[in-house]
Amino acid sequence: MNTPILQMRGITKTFPGVKALQDVTLDVNRGEVHAICGENGAGKSTLMKVLSGVYAHNTFDGEILFENEPCNFSSISDSEKRGIVIIHQELALSPYLSIAENIYLGNEQATNGWVDWRKTNLEAAKLLARVGLDENPVTPVQHISVGKQQLVEIAKALSKEVKLLILDEPTAALNDEDSGHLLDLILHLKGQGVTSIIISHKLNEIRKVADAVTIIRDGKTIETLRLDEGQITQERIIRGMVGRDLESLYPDREPNIGEEVLRIEDWSVRHPQDHTRMVVNNANLHVRKGEVVGLAGLMGAGRTELAMSVFGRTYGTATSGKVYKYGEEINTATVSDAIRHGIAYATEDRKHYGLNLIEDIKRNISLAALRKLAKRGFVDKNQETVVANGYRTSMNIKAPSVGAITGKLSGGNQQKVVLSKWMFSDPDVLILDEPTRGIDVGAKYEIYTIIAKLAAEGKAVIVISSELPELLGICDRIYTLAAGHITGEVPIAEATQETLMHYMTKEKE
Amino acid sequence: MSALRESLGFLTSRLRQVGIFVALILIVLLFQGLTGGILLEPQNVTNLVVQNSYILILAIGMVMVIIAGHIDLSVGSVAGFIGAVAGVMIVHWGWPWWAAIPACLLVGALVGAWQGYWIAYVGIPAFIVTLAGMLIFRGLTLITLKNQQITPFPAELRALGGGFLPDLTGGTSVLEWLTVILGIGATAALLIQALKERRIRRKFDLESEPLVWFVIKTAFTALLMLIITFLLASYRGTPIVLVVLAALVIAYTALMNNSVFGRHTYAIGGNLHAAELSGIKTKAVTFRLFVNMGVLSALAGLVFTARLNSAQPAGGTGFELDSIAAAFIGGAAVTGGIGTVAGAMIGGLIMGVLNNGMSILGLGTDYQQLIKGLVLLVAVGFDIFNKNRSAGGGDITKRFKLKTTPPAQEKPAPAASETVEAGVK
Repeated sequence: MNTPILQMRGITKTFPGVKALQDVTLDVNRGEVHAICGENGAGKSTLMKVLSGVYAHNTFDGEILFENEPCNFSSISDSEKRGIVIIHQELALSPYLSIAENIYLGNEQATNGWVDWRKTNLEAAKLLARVGLDENPVTPVQHISVGKQQLVEIAKALSKEVKLLILDEPTAALNDEDSGHLLDLILHLKGQGVTSIIISHKLNEIRKVADAVTIIRDGKTIETLRLDEGQITQERIIRGMVGRDLESLYPDREPNIGEEVLRIEDWSVRHPQDHTRMVVNNANLHVRKGEVVGLAGLMGAGRTELAMSVFGRTYGTATSGKVYKYGEEINTATVSDAIRHGIAYATEDRKHYGLNLIEDIKRNISLAALRKLAKRGFVDKNQETVVANGYRTSMNIKAPSVGAITGKLSGGNQQKVVLSKWMFSDPDVLILDEPTRGIDVGAKYEIYTIIAKLAAEGKAVIVISSELPELLGICDRIYTLAAGHITGEVPIAEATQETLMHYMTKEKE
Repeated sequence: MSALRESLGFLTSRLRQVGIFVALILIVLLFQGLTGGILLEPQNVTNLVVQNSYILILAIGMVMVIIAGHIDLSVGSVAGFIGAVAGVMIVHWGWPWWAAIPACLLVGALVGAWQGYWIAYVGIPAFIVTLAGMLIFRGLTLITLKNQQITPFPAELRALGGGFLPDLTGGTSVLEWLTVILGIGATAALLIQALKERRIRRKFDLESEPLVWFVIKTAFTALLMLIITFLLASYRGTPIVLVVLAALVIAYTALMNNSVFGRHTYAIGGNLHAAELSGIKTKAVTFRLFVNMGVLSALAGLVFTARLNSAQPAGGTGFELDSIAAAFIGGAAVTGGIGTVAGAMIGGLIMGVLNNGMSILGLGTDYQQLIKGLVLLVAVGFDIFNKNRSAGGGDITKRFKLKTTPPAQEKPAPAASETVEAGVK
C-alpha cells in the first residue's frame, strides 16, 4: 500500500553566501496528502522549486526519484510532462482571459495552430465540474473571487494529467469558507488517486488533511511525522518548527518604560480588492514610552497590513477603529497626518517602498521631513548635508560620502538610511517592519543596538518580525497575530518560541 | 600622472553629461564647416536663439513633467490655442498687451489645471490625458480662430518674439554695449557661483570632481558665454526673449535643485511608493506640475505668436515632439526621477542647431526629420548602453518599462506580507 511516488535524497541548494537547503530528504507515498511545515524562510518554497524544475537539475546537489525514475528537470515544463504541477501562492492567471483560456494557456486545444473553441470550453467545463466550480468557462477570470481562481488553478493542473500536485500556501489568501472548500477538494482528489504536497502554516488545516508531515527548519529536514503512527500532534509540529539554538546575540538593555504613547482600539481592515475578507479583525494594542513591542505572526497574519493601515491608511479599505496618542484620539488618515502626529513606519520592503534608489543618501534621509530644512520653500542644502553627515556617523552608515547613491549600498546600510530618515522626522512612535530582513548578521546586531538606543531615548517602538528569536531578544512585550486577530499578548518574561508559535497558529474557534 | 588618471576616471563615470556637451560642440563645429561659416555668423546666432526660444521654454516644463514620471503631448496644441486666445484678446477685443499677457498665462494655467486634474486626481495616465488634450486644444484653436489667422499684433507684443534690448549708444558703435555688460556680468556671476558651490562641496567632503576637469569645464563654459555675447553684441544686441529664457532657466534650476517642491518631484519620479510613504502629497505635486506646464506652454505660445506676428490655426504643431526630444537628449529618464533643466536646454540646443544648420544647407524637412529622429535614438541608446555597462546589466528594462496604472484587481495589496515573504526565501 505504502509505495513511494517521490523520493528526494540529499538535496543541497546554495545561494551566494547562504545554504538554503542542506541534505534535505523527502519521501512522499502514492495517494497521500503530505504537508510540509516550517517557519518563514525555512526553505520550504526553495525545496518545491527544486522539485518542480524552477531551479535546473545542475544548480543543486542531490537526487530526485519520481515513480522510481530519476528526474533531471531543467524547467517547469519538464516536471509538468511527468505529472508534477506546482500552484504558487501568487496565482499565475491572466485576469482578462476566460476561465477556459486560462486552463489551457500554453496547452491550447488546437488543430494546425487554430484553437478549437468548442473543445476548449467543453473540456474546461468537465474539469470545472471535477473541482466543483459552478462557473461558465467563458467568464473572465477577473470576475470570479480569489477562492474560485484557486480552483481554476487546480483545474488547470488536472488538465495536465497531474499525478503530484504541489500547493504552496493555498489558503493564505482565502477566507474561511473558501479554505474549507479547498481542503475538501484536496481530499476528494486524493480519492481519485492524486498525490498532494501542501505547504501550510495553519496547523488545524494540516490536522484536517495531512497523512504525513515533514518539518523543515533552517534548510534541513527535522523529521517526518505519520498519521497512521499517531505522530501528528500540534505540540510535536511546533517543537519541530522552532527548536533551534539562539545563535545571534542581542545588546543588553535596561528597559525604562513610561506612560502609554499609542493605543489602537477595535481596528479592522478589509482587503482592498476582496471586501469580504477581514485582513485585520478588531485588533487592540498599545505601546508605552521607552518600550519595544513585538508583533509576531506567520505569513498572511496581517502584521504589515495592520501597521500600514494605521500609517495613513496605506493599506486596505473600510478601515475602522480608533487611534489614541497620549490618551487623545488622533486622525491618521493620510501619511502626512500620521507623520505630523509623530508616527513613523519603516517598511519591510525598502527597495520598493522605502528608498529612492537612484538618489543619494542625504536626499533620502531628508525626504520625510524636508520642510524642517526649508526656509520659504527652499531647502538649506548645507544644513541637509550636516544632518545627513550626523546620521552617517551616529548610525555608522558605511559609504564614501552622503552623496553616495543608495542603490549601491548593502542591505544593512540601506536599512540604516531608512531608519535615519524616520529618526529625522522626530517620531514618538516607530513601527519597524522586518527591520533586519535581508541583512547579514553583523549588521543585524547594529540594527538591534539602534532599536535599543531609540527605546532608551524614550521612543515607543513596535517591531514586526518573522524571526521569533529576534523578537525574544529585543522586545519587552509581544503581541501575536493569526488571521487578522490578535491572539495573544505575552510579556517577555513568559515568552518562549513555543508559546508564541502556539498563539500564532491559533485559529479563531 | 595620477591626476590625469583620476580625471579620466571621473569623465568615464560621467560619460553622459560630458558626452552631451561634447556632442553639442561637435555638431556646432560640423555645421560651421558644412555651412562655410554661416552658422556662427552674428545674425544667425541671434536667429538660433530666437527661433528656439519657445522650444526651450517648453523643454523646461517638459523635463519637470518627465522627471515626475509623466509626459505631456499637448503642449504644441496648447501653445497654438493660447496664440489664438491672444489674437482674439489683443486684435479683436483691443486689450492692451499688459492685460492680455497675464490673461493668457492664466488661461494656460487653467488648461494645465484641467489636465492635471484628470492625471493626478482621477488617475488617468498622462499619455492618454495629454493625447486627448492635443486633440481638444487643437480643435479649440481652430474654433477660436474660425480657421483663419489673426494679424497684425501691436509692436509691444511683437517685441517679445523678435525685439532686442535698447542700444545704449543709439546705434553708433560696432558692439552693443549693454549686451557686452550683461554678458560679462553673467559670466562673472557664473564663475563666482561655480567656485562657491565647489567650496561648499569640498567643505562637506562631497567633491568627486577632479580640479583639472572643474577648471576645464568652468573655463570652457565661461568662454562659450563670452563668445555668444560677442556674437550677439555685434549684431543687434540681446533678444528680449533671451532675457526671459535666462530668467526662467535660473529660476527653474533653483526650483528643481533646492526647493521642497523640486525635491518632491524627483522623489515621486524616483520611487512613487516611497514618496507616498514619506508623506509627500504626490497628487498635489503632480497637479501643480501640469499647471506649471500649462503656464509655460502659454508663454511659449505668446512668444511664437509674437515672432510670427500672427496667430495661426496650425501654430505650435510639433512643438511637443521637439521639447520631449530635448528633455530626453538632455539625459532625462523615461522611468522618471532623473533629468535636469540645464540638460534639457542643451538637448534643445542640439535639436535647434540641427534644424538651423540643415535649413541653411537647404536640406528638406524630410531629411531633417530623419536625422533628428536618428539623433534622438542614438542619444538615448548611448545612455542605455552606458548605464548597462556601469550597472552590470538589468537596467535596460528599467529605463523603458513604462509606468502603467494597473487595473485595480490585477495587483494585490501594496506590500501585503504574503506576497513579499516569498521573495526572501
